[in-house]
Amino acid sequence: MAVLHIVKHSPDASQALRRCLARVGPSDSVLLIEDAVYAPASDAALRCAGKIYALLPDMAARGLTRNPLQGDVEYVDYAGFVQLVVNHDKVISWN
Amino acid sequence: MAEGMNGKRFLFVLRRFPIGGPQALEALDAALTAAAFDQPVRLLFLDDGVWQLKRGQPAASGRSPMALLGSLALYDIAAPPWVERESLEERGLTPQELTIEVTVLARDRVAALLDDCDVLLNL
Repeated sequence: MAVLHIVKHSPDASQALRRCLARVGPSDSVLLIEDAVYAPASDAALRCAGKIYALLPDMAARGLTRNPLQGDVEYVDYAGFVQLVVNHDKVISWN
Repeated sequence: MAEGMNGKRFLFVLRRFPIGGPQALEALDAALTAAAFDQPVRLLFLDDGVWQLKRGQPAASGRSPMALLGSLALYDIAAPPWVERESLEERGLTPQELTIEVTVLARDRVAALLDDCDVLLNL
C-alpha cells in the first residue's frame, strides 16, 4: 500500500510541493515533473517521509543536471515513471 | 485494497477556495455523484479547502459548495468529513467556526488516510 505523489509546479510558482511533502507517508514516493524539477536543482532542502524522484527528460529539457547536493533525490526516465506508477497503488497529483 | 461488495472506496481531497472558481463546487459534486452510485466516499479537507467549511458564508454567494455540505448525510457520505488540524490552525480557524461537524486529523496522520482508500482524487 503506497501512494505516488506527482508535482509539476516549481516551488516559487506554487505551494504544491511544500504542501505535498508534508503529507507523504514512509512507503510513499514523490515524483517531480515539468517545472517541479527546478526544486532539486536548487540547494533548498527537499525532505519528506518517503522517496523523492525527478524526471530526467524534463530536467534535460531545462538544461538541468543532477545536483550532488541533493543526495536523497533519485532520477528516473519515462520508463522509470511508468514503473513508479505500477509500483504504487494510487497516484495523487498536487496542483 | 479489496474491492468489496460496496464498490471501490473513494477519498476526495478538497483543497480549493469555496468561491472564485467552479472547482470547489465541482469537486464536491463529483464526490456526491460517486456516493449516489453507492460507492463508499470519504472527504478530506486540506489547505485552502478548509475555507469551504467556514460558517457565515452567505448561501447566495455564487456557486458555493456551502449548500451541498448540509446534505452529505443524504448521500451516505462517511460523516463527519476529515479536516486537517494544521490547515485550520494556519488559517486561524477552529472547528467551532465550521458549518458542519468534522473529524479533526493531525497532519502526520494524513498520509495514512490517503493510503486507506481504493481511488484517490485530489480536486
